[in-house]
Amino acid sequence: MTTATAASVAAAVRSGTRSARDVTDEALAAVAAEDDRFHTFLDVMSDEAKAQADAVDALVANGHDPGPLAGVPVALKDNLCTRGFATTCGSRILEGWRPPYDATVVDALRRAGAVALGKTNMDEFAMGSSTENSAFGPTRNPRCIEKVPGGSSGGSAAAVAAGFAPLGLGSDTGGSIRQPAALCGVVGMKPTYGRVSRYGLVAFASSLDQIGPFATTVEDAALLYDVIAGHDPMDSTSLPSTPEPTLSGIGDGVERIRIGLCRDLVDGCASDVASRVLEAADALATAGAKVEEVSVPEFSYGLSAYYLIAPAEASSNLARYDGVRYGLRVDGDDVEAMNTATRTAGFGAEVKRRVMLGTYALSAGYYDAYYAQAQRVRTLVMRAFDRAYESYDVLLGATAPTTAFDLGAKVDDPMAMYMNDVCTIPSNLSGHPAISVPFGTGEDGLPVGVQVLAPALGEALMFRVARAVEVLAQ
Amino acid sequence: MSEWETVIGLEVHCELATKTKLFCGCRNAFGDEPNVNICPNCIGLPGSLPVLNEQAVELAMRIGAALHCDIRPSVFARKNYFYPDQAKDYQISQYDLPLNVAGWLDLPDGFRVGVTRAHMEEDTGKLTHIGASGRINAAQHALVDYNRSGVPLVEIVSEPDMRTSAQARAYASELRGILVATGASDGRMEEGSMRVDANVSVRPAGSQEFGTRCEIKNLNSFSSLGRAIDYEVARQIALLEGGGVVDQETRHWNESAGRTEALRSKEEANDYRYFPEPDLVPLAPDAPWRDRVRASLGPMPADRRATLVTALGGDPSAAEIDQINAVVDLGLDALVNAASDAGAPASLALVRAANEVAAQSEAGLRLDPGAFASLLTMEASGKLSATQSKAVLAALLERGGGDPAVVAKEMGFEAMSADSLMAVIDEVVATNPDEWTRFLDGEDKLMGFFTSKVMEATAKKANGKDVAAELRRRRG
Repeated sequence: MTTATAASVAAAVRSGTRSARDVTDEALAAVAAEDDRFHTFLDVMSDEAKAQADAVDALVANGHDPGPLAGVPVALKDNLCTRGFATTCGSRILEGWRPPYDATVVDALRRAGAVALGKTNMDEFAMGSSTENSAFGPTRNPRCIEKVPGGSSGGSAAAVAAGFAPLGLGSDTGGSIRQPAALCGVVGMKPTYGRVSRYGLVAFASSLDQIGPFATTVEDAALLYDVIAGHDPMDSTSLPSTPEPTLSGIGDGVERIRIGLCRDLVDGCASDVASRVLEAADALATAGAKVEEVSVPEFSYGLSAYYLIAPAEASSNLARYDGVRYGLRVDGDDVEAMNTATRTAGFGAEVKRRVMLGTYALSAGYYDAYYAQAQRVRTLVMRAFDRAYESYDVLLGATAPTTAFDLGAKVDDPMAMYMNDVCTIPSNLSGHPAISVPFGTGEDGLPVGVQVLAPALGEALMFRVARAVEVLAQ
Repeated sequence: MSEWETVIGLEVHCELATKTKLFCGCRNAFGDEPNVNICPNCIGLPGSLPVLNEQAVELAMRIGAALHCDIRPSVFARKNYFYPDQAKDYQISQYDLPLNVAGWLDLPDGFRVGVTRAHMEEDTGKLTHIGASGRINAAQHALVDYNRSGVPLVEIVSEPDMRTSAQARAYASELRGILVATGASDGRMEEGSMRVDANVSVRPAGSQEFGTRCEIKNLNSFSSLGRAIDYEVARQIALLEGGGVVDQETRHWNESAGRTEALRSKEEANDYRYFPEPDLVPLAPDAPWRDRVRASLGPMPADRRATLVTALGGDPSAAEIDQINAVVDLGLDALVNAASDAGAPASLALVRAANEVAAQSEAGLRLDPGAFASLLTMEASGKLSATQSKAVLAALLERGGGDPAVVAKEMGFEAMSADSLMAVIDEVVATNPDEWTRFLDGEDKLMGFFTSKVMEATAKKANGKDVAAELRRRRG
């Protein structure tokens, strides 16, 4: 396991004291030697990674700057399109499909000198909170092999936790970056909706999906965020403004920052998790922040609204996997039979459950009661956030209600699994940024994540508070 | 037997004449090799996203403005249904918040048809079914061409205001003229760039309630539209008078059999599960943009017909009205106006444009208005006969241009001087004294004899009208 941060690796590569190729070879060797135990990667991009590392070294040799992530290995969630390299979304239905283009974030990484190490495991189409819904087998938590890493971006979270790569990319639709970060004891962050291009991210729920970083430190997460944030004309929901750099002021501390300790993101959690959050709040107050308790009761409606909106959008987004143009095809007597046979064989149980749920929620006669009602609740949650941010600069709460749970513990109980997202979903509904930072451990000795939530485009302040939490945890 | 009233509403899909598709940079072109104008978007690859084409919005707004619509903030929606030519298995369309609403279209006879909405959406790909025909279980397959996938469309939905198939045809024809005039579409029904579906129902005359309607598809010409409506009206009346009921269904016009056939019933209809397209932001053209579009609209067909009527002096004959309609429909009215403005008689310009020029409309659209005007002026002043003028016009159209005076000279149509014409007539009279005497005595049919003799003697260079006038003058 390497413990080097992305910042230190990039500094070494840029200064020529260490070659990118050496970093990459070491990372590839670690994956080859140890990943059998965790199954964080679905596919390792050995040749591509070495070629990219060599290209970075050539730039350094010629006196050029390869960029802020020079030679840093990055683990990519397998729902990010990689040109010519399999992108499965953890599903049989896309097995063998090779995208003819790179996601915008993958391009951005390359331009920053990073080295894509491979594609990581995930819950099928990002639907799940344990990475057990992958069609290619579960990922195990590097902190405890019997536990899940969380999900859906469990592969990227675990790859960073295992030290295979200092950085990872995931996607967060209802907590899919922050919850696995909490369970694996790493930093995971979801940006403001529209801040990072979704072009080349295989859609789950388009109005909620957002790509974000995993890292071992808050500073590394900010470093990666600064690289991937920005306007992309290929994504119509991409924000036109230039992002504020987050790294420069990250160490400025929390003096006089107004922090709302959100009871609704603490009270329903396991007592050991709740205790760590309260300790974090106390520590922040000691460090000079103005910490007060605040209640946002509307958050309690978030989960129900989310489990209508996300499946509704998913039912439409996943319709294209019909066997006609790419991916799996199972033949049938006519087109309809072929569609049905393909989807029956290609989709797992959770995907089918959500496609049915979403189709129902959008159907004539049910739309107003379900989808439209859920959108009204979404507006309610956004207004509640707005009110809270009149009094507070950021909010503080737990990321996940418990520490990592046993493999298999919740696979037969979808509702119990869905409850994992209760603290993370409000930020997806509102489109606001939020970050999970490790803060101590639970009674089982497993990591606990504390969540810092900020208003739209509040990333810089959010990273600053997160950095303070990180310091106070030590 | 009761009297029946027909109720017709039309849904017209119009492909916009943009350079690129609605949501990507692929070429919008008809007739290319299959699947050459495609990208990840066009075939619905995972991770692809739509980016709205501003030119398409501009053209859709032009249509809205030309149809007197309110141009409003709008939202794209997903229309979900499975079909192999539908790359994403949903179509991006507009549903409850369309771009253009509440407009109208006046038919040439003044009858006003309401336009409910004119909204934007993307076209599908195109399926070609391959397989042994006639055998239901024969091995079959279909080929899909996604070149058309994502081509921008505007769907124009009329109010159910029309009462006859003639009105429906007039509406479709007038709408086509408007679409072409806005520059939004080439209006070519044979290439599918304009597609018409008709909603038809009947009800007892005087009833305020609508009857059950059927939607008729596959109407590939204005003539099919008229025939299909007439057939469908007769079918529905026969059903109702026989004590039956009309089922709400989609029917297919079978052109060769001359009848409509059931395609799918309402029960089989899709539940499209519309919801706002989360990959796009709302489309709300601001007031300056809307004003700019409205101000940049050129004259519409109705305006252009009125201009020609004025040029003709304000009281056109029935034949001239037909000519005016034809000329405006073909876009040849600019030619007529130019000739008229340059001093040529408007009626002469109109009749030539509606006949000789219209017969070669492609070449006609390229004809230099200045040349056309000077040719007609030569004819009107007697320098060329009608026959000569038509021959020069044909040459100009064939060559794609030229100076009519030069062409006339080349063809030997040089106008004769009055002196030399007099000399020829003297000669002809002198060599045919008997006939001349009979002509002077009133044998009128000899006018033709002398005229043709003169024409023969001048190798047809003389102007027939001038010859006849001189002969008449000499008879006194």
